[in-house]
Amino acid sequence: MALNGNLRDFTVTQLLNLINLASKTGTLVIEGPNETAQVAFRDGKLAHAMIGRENSGLATILHSGKLLNVSQYRAIQQRAGHVNDKELGLLLINAGYLSQEDILQSLQKNFMGVIRQLFTWVEGFFRFENDKLPPEDQINVRLDLENLIIEGSRQLREWEQLQDEIPSLEMALKFTDRPGADLKNVNLSVEEWRVVSYITPKNKISQIAKATKMDDMEIRRIVYGLIQAGLVEITRPEGAAPALAPDMFPTQDTGEQKSLINRLINRISSI
Amino acid sequence: MQTVKMVVTGPFSSGKTEFIGSVSEIDVVATERKITGTGEKEIKDATTVAMDFGRITVDEDLVLYLFGTPGQKRFDFMWEILSEGMLGFIVMIDSARPETFREARSILQTFRAYAPTPYVVAANKQDMEDAWEIEDMRNALRLDPKVKLLPCVATDLKSVKSVLLELLYSILAEMESGG
Repeated sequence: MALNGNLRDFTVTQLLNLINLASKTGTLVIEGPNETAQVAFRDGKLAHAMIGRENSGLATILHSGKLLNVSQYRAIQQRAGHVNDKELGLLLINAGYLSQEDILQSLQKNFMGVIRQLFTWVEGFFRFENDKLPPEDQINVRLDLENLIIEGSRQLREWEQLQDEIPSLEMALKFTDRPGADLKNVNLSVEEWRVVSYITPKNKISQIAKATKMDDMEIRRIVYGLIQAGLVEITRPEGAAPALAPDMFPTQDTGEQKSLINRLINRISSI
Repeated sequence: MQTVKMVVTGPFSSGKTEFIGSVSEIDVVATERKITGTGEKEIKDATTVAMDFGRITVDEDLVLYLFGTPGQKRFDFMWEILSEGMLGFIVMIDSARPETFREARSILQTFRAYAPTPYVVAANKQDMEDAWEIEDMRNALRLDPKVKLLPCVATDLKSVKSVLLELLYSILAEMESGG
């Protein structure tokens, strides 16, 4: 039976470790909440990685890696849109624009970025398709997995720690009344400012993450930093369900509910 | 017969089982197992793995159940189940083990996310020599001044009653404020 399961049971790091140890050849397909990732391996080494279908072509990767400027990128899209990645690579090398090393390094960097992104995925189904490799027209690399696995393990520990600190994203944030830090001396990054601009007890942390396009890990990391700096604290979201839910009491009558609490108070006082 | 429940939660070895045992009219139905981990065994020999269960009969028509959660994080799947329909909850903290304060804060936040019911924090083992002062604990736990942080000795009935009563007063106050 093919290897398949849920990321809740096997993390991406654990899967990479298994593929590395068993020197597997094939493609790991991970269906995340929003996108599908495909990561190909040859003899336990990373060969190719992409998330979704878009932005995975060589021209796009070289452009985002600043090896092609906008006009070069547009020209390639217009004139060489029909050529595959291998042919495009050869064209660029033969034309003297780039070296083979430039192209391979750019691809490696991109694939490693994909794997790093996958480390933040905690929900999703995976399957390993034995012996399935990316199409022949795509350029493959040959990258050892050890360093990525170490990086993934480190990130996993950080993730666990952040989950301990901020167990639920369904809570809101509010600024502390007496912040422990002197605000004048606080230097916030652009991402932190983006989060800060949404802080109000009306917004849940999950809503702030959505508005700022951050994943669970990124938002937890920033919120944790702001809490540690004494700038914000976690609070119940405004407009949340009332503190006393109907299922807490055997009766819906508020008068009877109060009487019930008073009976409990009297009984415990008398013990 | 009407029944209501309260939950007693907190980190490993914070005194939840003793707390329920002090006030329950029945012997606590405990699901304790011998500890196998070396680090944890140094602290105590047995720990709760599913839940503790105590009972206080109020009158012919009303019974209060007290549920104690397992303290170790690997049993946290029980927490959400136990928190369903609770009137309120008590977070027990070992005042003499500051290394557990961070976990206590995390448990408190988890329970607040499960159910926004009233709660109090009980600073247990206040009779121990190296117990932290209440205000120092409040600072370390970063508790809002409005949150009730109560001194407690879980083996002392008077102290346990006082914590339960404070929680009931909070519930009553919440009802009166229209919560």
